[in-house]
Amino acid sequence: MGLAGYLIVSAVMLACGIVCTVARKNVIYILMGIELILNAANLNLVAFSRFNGHLDGQVFAIFSIILAAAEAAVALAIVLNVFGLFDSIRPDDPDLLKE
Amino acid sequence: METLFFILFAALAIAGSLATVWLRYVVHSAFALMAAFLGVAGLFILLGADFIAVSQVLIYVGGILILILFGIMLTPPDKKERSVKRVLGFGIPVFAIVGGLAFQIGSVVKWVEKPDLPIPGPTAAPIGRALLKPDGYLVPFELVSIVLLVALIGSVFIARRRTMQSIGATSQAIGGTSQAIGGTSQAIGRASSAPGGKS
Repeated sequence: MGLAGYLIVSAVMLACGIVCTVARKNVIYILMGIELILNAANLNLVAFSRFNGHLDGQVFAIFSIILAAAEAAVALAIVLNVFGLFDSIRPDDPDLLKE
Repeated sequence: METLFFILFAALAIAGSLATVWLRYVVHSAFALMAAFLGVAGLFILLGADFIAVSQVLIYVGGILILILFGIMLTPPDKKERSVKRVLGFGIPVFAIVGGLAFQIGSVVKWVEKPDLPIPGPTAAPIGRALLKPDGYLVPFELVSIVLLVALIGSVFIARRRTMQSIGATSQAIGGTSQAIGGTSQAIGRASSAPGGKS
């Protein structure tokens, strides 16, 4: 299978991730959308690495996976803290900076 | 045979991501996300990236997804959260934009593919050598390990148990926040003064 097939799968996953981030009103969905976007980027990197013959894309994908793990841990800590303070996980509810 | 498996894994990844967006309950979406991650891991294997595929299963499915499931367990369900109007209202434009952009890029750019791809071998050893070579990725590798350490300590610090006033105070969220901030600064003050007292 050529490069184009992988790029199409990656594009569909990217679009799903964007919609999941923007259209759902739950912080957990936003996290899942970000993970989908990062996974689509990883798929692109590894596909280009394969059809280019270099390993650099795979190394980039490893860095991206590491940063995704760090981001998920910090984001979930923030979500749990916000839920403790506001009793809500809708991203519209914390609005203390508006006042 | 390879095409058959590509279609299988690609369908798993695409269906998993679509179901993640569409399903009503967060837990169902999380399991759909697992299907998407496993599909992408299969695609990594087809691309000859065995190390990345195993890392994907270990870190995404075994780590991040478990973390998300913990987050779901610790927060209440919100059954009226999904609105079909909003999902479609964002989904159709986003898919149109991404599809149009992909079509434009595909019609302009000529991707350079190596004509005779080698049969992929094990990649763990070359990746390890590239990560630890001084003129390779040694500095980013060490930096990213520091980032991981900082994220670990920071998430533990953020998610730790606070005083009872700031946890239950939903009616006075502002007061609870300022109390929590006060408690944090007190804790920092105590932590910074403790080693000085000992020495």
